[in-house]
Amino acid sequence: MMELQPVHATGPQETFVLNLGPQHPATHGVLRIKLTMDGEFIKDAVIVAGYVHREHEKMGENRTWAQFLPNTSRIDYLSAMMYTHAYVGAVERACGIQPPSRAEYIRVITSELNRISSHLVWWGAYLLDLGGMTPLLYAFDDREKILDLLEALTGARLTYCYYRFGGVLEDVDDNFIAGTRAFVKEFRPRLRMFRRLVSENIIFRKRVENIGIIDAEMCRKYGATGPMIRGAGVPYDVRRAEPYSVYPELDFEVATDPAADSMGRYKVRMEEMEQSLRIIEQALDRLPDGPVMAKVPRVIKVPAGEYCYATEAARGRFEVRIVSTGKLIPHRIRLRTPCFGNLSLFEEAARGMMLADGIAMMGSLDLVIPDIDR
Amino acid sequence: MTTVEPIRLLLFLVGAASFVGLNAAYLVWVERKSAGRFQRRAGPTEVGYAGLLQPIADAIKLMSKQLIVPPGADRFLFRMAPVMMMPPAIMAFAILPFSEHLVAIDFNVGLIALFAFSSFNVIAVMLAGWSSRNKYGIISAARVVSQNVAYEIPMMLVIITMLLVSGTLSLTGIVEQQAGAFWNWNLFNLAANPLMPVTFIIFFICMLSETNRAPFDMAEAESELVAGAYTEYAGMGFGVFFMAEYANIIIGCALAVILFFGGWHSPIGVFPGVIWFLLKLYLLIFIVIWVRWTFPRTQFYGLLNLSWKILIPVTLFTFLLSSVMIKIF
Repeated sequence: MMELQPVHATGPQETFVLNLGPQHPATHGVLRIKLTMDGEFIKDAVIVAGYVHREHEKMGENRTWAQFLPNTSRIDYLSAMMYTHAYVGAVERACGIQPPSRAEYIRVITSELNRISSHLVWWGAYLLDLGGMTPLLYAFDDREKILDLLEALTGARLTYCYYRFGGVLEDVDDNFIAGTRAFVKEFRPRLRMFRRLVSENIIFRKRVENIGIIDAEMCRKYGATGPMIRGAGVPYDVRRAEPYSVYPELDFEVATDPAADSMGRYKVRMEEMEQSLRIIEQALDRLPDGPVMAKVPRVIKVPAGEYCYATEAARGRFEVRIVSTGKLIPHRIRLRTPCFGNLSLFEEAARGMMLADGIAMMGSLDLVIPDIDR
Repeated sequence: MTTVEPIRLLLFLVGAASFVGLNAAYLVWVERKSAGRFQRRAGPTEVGYAGLLQPIADAIKLMSKQLIVPPGADRFLFRMAPVMMMPPAIMAFAILPFSEHLVAIDFNVGLIALFAFSSFNVIAVMLAGWSSRNKYGIISAARVVSQNVAYEIPMMLVIITMLLVSGTLSLTGIVEQQAGAFWNWNLFNLAANPLMPVTFIIFFICMLSETNRAPFDMAEAESELVAGAYTEYAGMGFGVFFMAEYANIIIGCALAVILFFGGWHSPIGVFPGVIWFLLKLYLLIFIVIWVRWTFPRTQFYGLLNLSWKILIPVTLFTFLLSSVMIKIF
C-alpha cells in the first residue's frame, strides 16, 4: 500500500503521496484516491476508479432485453428501483408500451421508499465518516422497516427486480399499503428527531458548514447532478425537468439549498426524505384500481433505433440509452450513472483542503463505488 | 518502617497492575455494552453471562496473535512504543489516593508527579506513529504532539487555579480540604471562584483531549487515518495501547474526582471512602463513554482553535478571577 522510499534517495521532499484506499474506512468500498499531501493539506488528488468494474454495459450486448433487467438493480445497489425504472422505461418507450396507471403509481411509491432507504444509508455513513457512530444504527432502524416492506412485496431486500416491461411483477396488497402508511406516519417524527440530534449539533455544523464548496458552475462542468447540484442552489430534478411516470400529477417541491457546501447537500437530502414522504402519501391516496401489467409480447423485440430514458435516482440523474438493431439482443446499452460525475469533481474541489475536510466533503458526495465503475 | 516498605511496594505493584488490567478489560466491556444501549442494540451477549467473559476472550485472542513488525519500520522503537506507554500510567496510580489510607505514596508534590507521568504517553504515541513507517501513522504522530501541546496549557492553567484554591500540591491534602458535605467540594467552592463549574468543564475537555478520546480522537480518527499511530500494530502491541488508553482515562477521571468532587469524601456520610471514590470515578468514566458515542469528531484545526482561542483565554480569566477572589475574601 505505502510507497516506501528512503528519504536520502529522493532528497528532502515537501510533499508525499498518500494512498486513500482501495481499502480505507472512508471510501466505503474499493475506491482509491492518490493524494499528494503537503502535511495535512491535499495538494492534488488523482482518482483511481475501476476496482469493481463489472462490465455491465458489455453484458447488455450479449443477453436479451429481459435478461439484462436484473443487472440494472446491481449498478447502484442502494437505489435499485430507480435504476430498473430507467431501463424498463427506455424499453417501454421504444416498444410503445403504456404501463397501466396503477403500475405507475406503484412504481412511484416503491421508488420513493427506495430513495428514503438510500438517503438513510448515506446519512448514517456520512456521520460515521465524521466520527459519529451512533446515527448509523438509528438510520438502519428505520431503513429496516422499508426493507421489510419491499421484501414482502418484491422478494428482495436490496437488488429488486420488481419493475417489468409493461408494469410491475405483482400487485401491492393491503399489508403493504397499511405498512407504508404506518411507516410514513412514524418516520416524520423520526426525521425531526434526526434534525434535532444531528443537524443542529455544533460539532457537526462546524465540520460541514462552509466546507467543500461545490458551486453550480463546477457541477455543470463535471456533470454532477442530484443533491449535488440542488445543494448548489439549482433546482434541477429529473422528476420535474423531464417528467416521467406519474410525477407530473403529484405535488412536491424540489429541495434546494443555495449554500453549495457540505451542509447544503446534507440539508437537501434531509428535505428530500420529507418530500418523498409527501409523494408516497399522495400516491397512496390516488392509487387507482386496475391491472398492474400491460399486454406485452412474450418475446420483447425493440424496434431499431436509439432511445433513452432518465430517472432521478437517489444520487442524481440516471440515464439509460439503448441502441437497437431490431434483434433479440440489444446492440448497445449505455448507462449514465450519477456517481461518476459526482466523483469527478473531487479532484478540483479537494485541492487545498485538509485531509479531514476532504473526507467530510467526499462523504457528502454520497458515493456508491459500483455505480462509478459499473 | 523500612522492613514494611518493600512489601508495601510489592503489594502496590500487584494491586495497581491488576487494577489497571481489570479496569481496562472491563471498561471495554462497559463501553461496548453502553455503546450498544446508546445504539439500540444489545452489545456483547455471547461469551458468558451478558458477554461478561468477552474481554477475556478478546485478551486471549490478542495474546495469541503474531507480532508483526512492518518491513522498513524501526524495529526497536516500534517494539518500545507500547512498552513506554504502560509504565508511566501504572506509576501514576502510585500517587492517586483512593481513600485516606489506600494510597501507595503520599507525595507532597503529587500533582506535579501525576502530570509528569501522564504527559509521557504523548512520546509513546508519537514514537509508535513515527517508527511504524506508515504515512497515516506519521500524520497521527504529528497531530498527537500538537494536540497535546495545545491542551497541556489550559489544563495547566486549570491546575494552577486549583492550586490557588487549595494551596497544596499533595493530592491527599487537596482532598482533605474538601471534607464534609458536598458543598465543600471544590466544584461548588464558588467563594473562591464563581466560575468553578466552567473550570471543571474545561478540565474535562482537556482531559478528553489529552487521553485522545472522542470527540478529540485525532490520533486514531478511523475515518481519516485508519487507526492512526496504531495502524501497524497487531496482537498485544495494539492491546497494550488499548489498555494504556483506558488507564489514562482512569487517571484523568480520578484527578477530576480529586480536584473537583471531594475525592473519597461521602456526600451523605455512609459507606467507606473508597466506595465513594470509585463511584464518582466510574460516573465520570461513564460520561466519557457517553460523549464518545454521542458526538461526531471535531476537525483538527477546530480542536486547536478551541484550545488557543477559547479555552486558554477563559482559563486565564478564571485564574485571574480566583486570584482576586482569594485576595479579597
